[in-house]
Amino acid sequence: MRHRLFPRDGAVKQRGGARRSVSLYHGVVVNEALRRTPLYAAHLAAGARMVPFGGWEMPVQYSSILEEHRRVRRAVGLFDVSHMGEFEVAGPGAIGALQYLTTNDAAALDVGQVQYSLLCSPAGGIVDDLTVSRLDDDRFMLTVNASNIETDWAWVTGHSRGDARWRNISAETALLAVQGPRAEPLVADLADCDVKSLGYYRFRDGAVAGLRALISRTGYTGEDGFELYVAAPDAERLWRTLLDRGAPAGIAPVGLGARDTLRLEMRYVLYGNDIDQTTNPLEAGLGWVVKPAKGDFIGRDAIEKMRAAGIPRKLVGFEMVDRAVPRHGCRIVKEGRAVGVVTSGTYGPSVDRYIGIGYVETPLSAVGSEIQVEVRGVPQTARVVKTPFHPSNVKKS
Amino acid sequence: MAKVPADLKYTREHEWAKAEGTTVRVGITEYAQEQLGDVVFVELPAVGAKVAQMQGFGVVESVKAVSDLFAPLDGAVALVNEALRDAPELVNQDPYGRGWMIVITPSRPAQLDALMTAKQYEDFLAGGAS
Repeated sequence: MRHRLFPRDGAVKQRGGARRSVSLYHGVVVNEALRRTPLYAAHLAAGARMVPFGGWEMPVQYSSILEEHRRVRRAVGLFDVSHMGEFEVAGPGAIGALQYLTTNDAAALDVGQVQYSLLCSPAGGIVDDLTVSRLDDDRFMLTVNASNIETDWAWVTGHSRGDARWRNISAETALLAVQGPRAEPLVADLADCDVKSLGYYRFRDGAVAGLRALISRTGYTGEDGFELYVAAPDAERLWRTLLDRGAPAGIAPVGLGARDTLRLEMRYVLYGNDIDQTTNPLEAGLGWVVKPAKGDFIGRDAIEKMRAAGIPRKLVGFEMVDRAVPRHGCRIVKEGRAVGVVTSGTYGPSVDRYIGIGYVETPLSAVGSEIQVEVRGVPQTARVVKTPFHPSNVKKS
Repeated sequence: MAKVPADLKYTREHEWAKAEGTTVRVGITEYAQEQLGDVVFVELPAVGAKVAQMQGFGVVESVKAVSDLFAPLDGAVALVNEALRDAPELVNQDPYGRGWMIVITPSRPAQLDALMTAKQYEDFLAGGAS
């Protein structure tokens, strides 16, 4: 069989020699310098199928993508997302630097609070999407996409202003996500502090299974859960303890395949697929994390001009009416005319539909609008729908 | 090692072919469905469509991949497995049974003899299937 793979891998840096990796799909040998998280051996031991992702060798699935997806919605799943990057910025100039670099209002954060935000270019394109956590009055942590660690580091240090000290703590930090309706009792049982009262997009410094951890009530699945930041040497022990103590709750490792179907059902964007330097926050539906009133930031002028001129296209969610699987890159047409493009598409196991998101001309972006998605050259009918496709179960406030 | 029933013939593209009197039933092997992962969509031809040996007759899609299906021999499509429309997972659950894909009326039945035997397919898999 000859396979065509989706989604496209993020920016993979080609370097000479180094590690050869046999990809998921038979016969395709990938010669890349792929990085590995501290849990690489644990993934192999759990029977994971490893694939290249954003320059890393990551588990795409352990048993079945559909089974892993359903486990997160019904019980609890464990993700290794240690490939993501973390930066710390501290000092009297930290808040000023962050306000200039990011679109959201970092000054509005309490200590112990997290916000979703963007790094934009002067043209208003998106350099990365990220979260910003306030560790102290003058100390913050940024969590960035794995495929953008180097470019983001160069970006923030290159554009930083004022008295701000930056540290790239990605290599020394591991990140495990525990997600699902049964995540809270499991983490509460292992934590040395109260996590039940921890609100959504809030975090606490404590210990889980006796290991120092920043416990953050965040995630990328639409279920309740936690992301646990620990020192890299502690990752394996925490992983094994969570699998062990979570066994009665039905915990199992969950790979990037299910991570993608879970986030897509929630209409969460994926950098490299749905947003990149050629897209702007307004058309991507991310205007809610752009706060021009907070003061100047990179891209503010360009974004304000776009807002004033009107947005010609919008990122919408759609559901297939004809039977076909929408995929990244499929053209969207209307009566023979090209009107947009699919940026992410899949079968959504929790909604039992073929779903996708993509950019369409603004007049066609209303819920109920009928469009056609070209799959293998054949226009297949689809309909713009309200998103998220599946209800959110994150902790209320 | 993936299951390889002795009474079937096989292709290098991981399809199986089963002689059933005047027709030949076709599907993909256990090895193929394992490599694909969860099948979420199968595109099959219409009854009556012509198929040609080693030409594409359809597509099988998993969550992460799209794969072409290749006809093991020349002929016309006599039957299509409609159950795969609403239950594509049958391909994973029972690739040699309920996961069958099409039945062909062969125009050159002797082509079946030239396909790999179960033993040859097993050797093919053991050698890295390339």
